[in-house]
Amino acid sequence: MTKCKVLILRTAGTNCDYETLFAFEVCGAKVEKLHINNIMENKRKFFEYDILVFPGGFSYGDDIASGKILANEIKNKLGDELREFSLSGRPIIGICNGFQVLVKMGLLPDPKLFKQITTLYYNDSGKFECRWVYLKVLQNSNCLWTKNLPKIISLPVAHMEGKFIPKDKIVLNTLNTNKQIVFKYTTKDGEHLPNYPLDPNGSVEQIAGICNKDGNILGLMPHPERFIFNIQYPFNINLKNKYGLGKIIFQNAVDFVR
Amino acid sequence: MKNINNCKIVEILDLSDEQLINLSIKNTLSLSLTEMKAIKTYFQKLNKNPNDIEIETIAQTWSEHCKHKTLTGSIKYVELIPVNNSKNGKLYYEKKNRIYKNLLKETIFKATCELNKIWCLSTFVDNAGIIEFDAENGVAFKVETHNHPSALDPYGGASTGIGGVIRDILGVGLGAKPIANTDVLCFGNKNVKDSDIPKGTHHPKRIINGVIAGIRDYGNKMGIPTVNGAVCFDNSYIANPIVYCGTVGIIPKSKIKKTVNQGDLILLIGGKTGRDGIHGATFSSIYLDQKSNLSAVQIGNPIVEKKVLDAMLQARDLELYTAVTDCGAGGLSSAIGELANKTGALVHIDKIPLKYYGLKPWEIWISESQERMVLVVPKKNENAIIKIFKKENVEAVFIGEFTNDKKLKLSYHDEMIANLDMDFLHNGLPKPILSALYTRKKEKQQKSIIIKQASEIGKLIRILLSDPNVCSKEWIIRQYDHEVQGQTIIKPLQGSDLNLDYGPGDASVIFPYTIIKHTKKGIVLSNGINIEYGKISTYDMATSVIEEALRNSVAVGGNIKKMALLDNFCWGNPNNEEVLGSLVCAVNACYDMSKAFEIPFISGKDSLNNEYSVNNKKYSISPVLLISAIGIVDNIKNTVTVPFKNPGNLIFSLGVTRNELGGTIFSKIRNINEGVVPKVYPNESKKIMNGIYKAICNGLVESCHDCSEGGIAIAISEMAFSSRKGAFINIDDIVTDKNMTISEKLFSESNGRFIIEVKPEKEIEFIKIFNGTCCSKIGYVSNNENVIFESKKSMIKVQESISSLLSAWKNNTF
Repeated sequence: MTKCKVLILRTAGTNCDYETLFAFEVCGAKVEKLHINNIMENKRKFFEYDILVFPGGFSYGDDIASGKILANEIKNKLGDELREFSLSGRPIIGICNGFQVLVKMGLLPDPKLFKQITTLYYNDSGKFECRWVYLKVLQNSNCLWTKNLPKIISLPVAHMEGKFIPKDKIVLNTLNTNKQIVFKYTTKDGEHLPNYPLDPNGSVEQIAGICNKDGNILGLMPHPERFIFNIQYPFNINLKNKYGLGKIIFQNAVDFVR
Repeated sequence: MKNINNCKIVEILDLSDEQLINLSIKNTLSLSLTEMKAIKTYFQKLNKNPNDIEIETIAQTWSEHCKHKTLTGSIKYVELIPVNNSKNGKLYYEKKNRIYKNLLKETIFKATCELNKIWCLSTFVDNAGIIEFDAENGVAFKVETHNHPSALDPYGGASTGIGGVIRDILGVGLGAKPIANTDVLCFGNKNVKDSDIPKGTHHPKRIINGVIAGIRDYGNKMGIPTVNGAVCFDNSYIANPIVYCGTVGIIPKSKIKKTVNQGDLILLIGGKTGRDGIHGATFSSIYLDQKSNLSAVQIGNPIVEKKVLDAMLQARDLELYTAVTDCGAGGLSSAIGELANKTGALVHIDKIPLKYYGLKPWEIWISESQERMVLVVPKKNENAIIKIFKKENVEAVFIGEFTNDKKLKLSYHDEMIANLDMDFLHNGLPKPILSALYTRKKEKQQKSIIIKQASEIGKLIRILLSDPNVCSKEWIIRQYDHEVQGQTIIKPLQGSDLNLDYGPGDASVIFPYTIIKHTKKGIVLSNGINIEYGKISTYDMATSVIEEALRNSVAVGGNIKKMALLDNFCWGNPNNEEVLGSLVCAVNACYDMSKAFEIPFISGKDSLNNEYSVNNKKYSISPVLLISAIGIVDNIKNTVTVPFKNPGNLIFSLGVTRNELGGTIFSKIRNINEGVVPKVYPNESKKIMNGIYKAICNGLVESCHDCSEGGIAIAISEMAFSSRKGAFINIDDIVTDKNMTISEKLFSESNGRFIIEVKPEKEIEFIKIFNGTCCSKIGYVSNNENVIFESKKSMIKVQESISSLLSAWKNNTF
């Protein structure tokens, strides 16, 4: 069996690359971190990999708006190759700043359209916030990344611009009809609408993560790569289980490729 | 004045003493008359006048900021100790004299040398101290201050403070990877009246918000978690806020040594050079006033520094350079001056990339523009290293080379504009003898504090919890990404359930699994700071904060046998003999504690002249010593948090409670001016700390919290509300050395004490460990909504609900 190959795309201001690399490695993948300049030299390089990752951070300082500059850079210089890669069904994930990049270049929610129709805007609190939240995992989605997850999980968020807003009602309806909404901020029991701070940013319909219709591209604001080990969880835990729930997400993609 | 090659000749050879001093003041050289005269003599021997770039180079290199003249200087120290005459009972002072040739070398360094710990890999020589992590890796730690810049420009000052200390970590050895930041801040009170703000300074509110935003933006964008800190409030910090910034990094042991050889190239990487930060080193070496120039504050850009970090570590691992240092205070003049200390260097000023045109050579040379590092590159790696930086879009330019003539030579468009002897630059600084005087205050036990009303004691607990120095800093901590890199396993805010509110933690633990694969070890980080004790007794403040830093680390699972300390002194004007006296006293306390606890200091920093002058009035700070502790945890599973875990578990108090209310929060609130400041009893503390480490490793500790500000009452309250579990405490079971009242027992801030939760079935095993020390069962965790402190003897029962304690601590007015 050949090893699943993962590419973590890096640029100035990327800063969650080490832990994301580890997350895939622990799931048995061979992972490389490459600066976007390396891809510019050889645009077909994408296709040497099975999984593409846009990690968290502050690409180019989030100047103008979060993820915007990197989104434009990729779309203008590598757009065709990226679109081809995504339509081939290979898994792609964008975490936090990576999600912002995916949304701002329009690879999410619809890679065929490849146009920005949703955004991630300043949190209602107006502040950067770092905290753990509850997420409802929408079970009816066909997202390959979220299989085998329990109905409710917790992950940390750390962002200033995480308020998910679709362009209009039609976009929102499409997301719902296509079962593209995969994570929603929720309460402990998953039954109630969360208030701030459990809803950390005021997203429309408490949306924390979405995928494309085919389910191979996932974008989410929370950081599953920060919950690979149980010991990373801030509360009382059963240390008999070594791994945290975040690992399942990465394992899903690695297993999918195999 | 003649003007050759954009350099002005500074005519100094014929100047009188008065003219020399005026020259120093006019050009912000911050040099004393003796120093100016030494410069004059040097150039007299050369039979020429210096030019501006030469004199500026000397001023930067000799600045207090770079040279630490006071702490490494000669000091005549007199200590006056109050004694009661045994015959007539009158108070007189006993005089103790001591002469230091080099204060630091004879105290803090000396302790480190005497302790001679093999796991200390680098102490006091590099940009940061380094201790051993495991067989292959070390941990580097440095804490810096950025007080003067933050007073002028809170946002810019604080962000470049963080940027600067991160570069210290990048510049230690051949470069360490930063894994955590820590920030400790002292501000004036938020509600201070506008009329109480000295002319020309910012209101504390503006400073607080600016500083916190600066730290947030720089730290978050660098992707380094801010995991630990403290905030103190006192009106002596209105004009001079204190901003401590620290960074921890991981460095392979094989990358600790630097070498510089003749013929090696000087590579400047990172940010371009501009006019920001000119005279930073010298302006921070004197007091501030209304004329202090804002252009001395640098302008930061975290993304440029992040690129430098990413690219530099690649070049490090490919072994493309042999030494590195950061451009901090004094800019290139200090960085290259230091690297070329033993060789000599030739630098082409015109090759340095500029932000904009119009800079004079001396401005380029001493500018403290941010995000710049200097690398020493063997000629054979010239092309390979440039390729790395180019790929990461990092500016990298060769600006000169190392020579063997022990001279610092600067050229500008092919003309030599400076030629200085390295020996004079580094060893020519005359050492004056400073005088220091410290008068110990006679401490007096306060009158017995008797509060009979239970409700009043309850109210006091709530008032203490909402005191700005104690209350929740969640609004700050949440703005810092304290979890980026995924390695923060003991976090700054701790709770029992995501759904509920959190309480404070004692220390943070980093599990560096992404860098050191398959490790089980962790790094514990904590700090100790107290500004109130110092107002009464500098010595006891210093010993207390050292003990507090250790205590905080021990409380989460740290082992004092693998722990090291950093000192960080912020004081006023050292030319005032009383200010210097209290500094010497604090330094001595560090020596004493280091030896007593057998814990070495590995690095440190001092920031003096924290003084503001306006309309002939001087505002000086209350001296503050920050002690930062760093330690290695052998197994990250053996760590604990503050919140109570389960009802029915037993609560133990460790350590003796003494009648020590001097400088406590309780005394501040009650306006009690007398009282004994908490003392440190190292032998007692060491036994307890070693015992706790053993108990945690044996799995006997469910939760642990140190007793510090506010005493037992506050410690118990915090453990309760952060877990939403109640507690019952029998006050009569608190062990004291003498008779104490209820309030004294609850609010004394005696050092060396911990509150520990233990499962009933582990009680015997737990107590056995503490045989021979003070370990007393004082209560249990309960299932109800209240924290109860009861004394049957005094027939008093204080009962407060967890929610009222929590809302007091959350202090929404703050």
